Amino acid sequence: MIPTHYYLFLGAALFTIGVVGVLTRRNIIVILMSIELILNAVNINLVAFSRYFQAVDGQVFAIFVITDAAAEAAVGLGLIIALFRNKETVNADEIDLLKW
Amino acid sequence: MMLPQIAFFFLSAVTLISAVMVITRRNAVHSIIWLIVTLFSVGGIFLTLHAEFLFAVQVILYVGGIMVLFLFVVMLVNLDVALKQAQFNRQWQVALVTALVLMAELGYGIYRGHQGFTLAQVTATPMSGGNTQAVGLALYQDYMLAVEIASVLLLVAMVGAVIMAKRKIE
Repeated sequence: MIPTHYYLFLGAALFTIGVVGVLTRRNIIVILMSIELILNAVNINLVAFSRYFQAVDGQVFAIFVITDAAAEAAVGLGLIIALFRNKETVNADEIDLLKW
Repeated sequence: MMLPQIAFFFLSAVTLISAVMVITRRNAVHSIIWLIVTLFSVGGIFLTLHAEFLFAVQVILYVGGIMVLFLFVVMLVNLDVALKQAQFNRQWQVALVTALVLMAELGYGIYRGHQGFTLAQVTATPMSGGNTQAVGLALYQDYMLAVEIASVLLLVAMVGAVIMAKRKIE
């Protein structure tokens, strides 16, 4: 039996890697992938607590998180295509139309 | 060491190493391949937690659906120019330090509080009817409204993605 806090450590580490990816990368597609890493870290925590409490609710919430990830990926990638068509770039720091 | 421990540590190592590979590769296609490895091993972590249905959802939806979407977009978007440019932005040192501080805080909090998780280490007693039946019953009895809202959310996202990726809106 693996203690629950091992899973929490794993989730925290994966979350941090995702945060580093979001904050440091310029390629907007890799930023979206880092967000997927963060959502997976959340899922690990949810399922670990679902196991800990012997209740299935955590897994149901993990399914909702996966649904959100699918919706977010679809809209985000649509945005990237529209953006690339207009600006010819995928670098997040070159997209500064709203900056004053 | 018992077999579950070996499986857990192996899967954790694969998850973390491939996640680091995702955010450090220059080529976006390589990042996607590494992300698929990460998602598979997170699915394995779900298996060690006896969440078999979620493992199936992870493989079918994430690896089969979302990753194909990413690959298609990488093929649609011309990345040859971005490949030769700098991959990290100017504030990456500050960002790395901040994230490591966050990691230290989370780790310290979990380490200090982990005694609270040792009260009820219940032995493996699978729910009657198996994990899939339990999740299905919870989804369609307790979380009925949430499932409907999630389906509407998916519809909205689908319509929004189609409209945004369209060439011209009449």
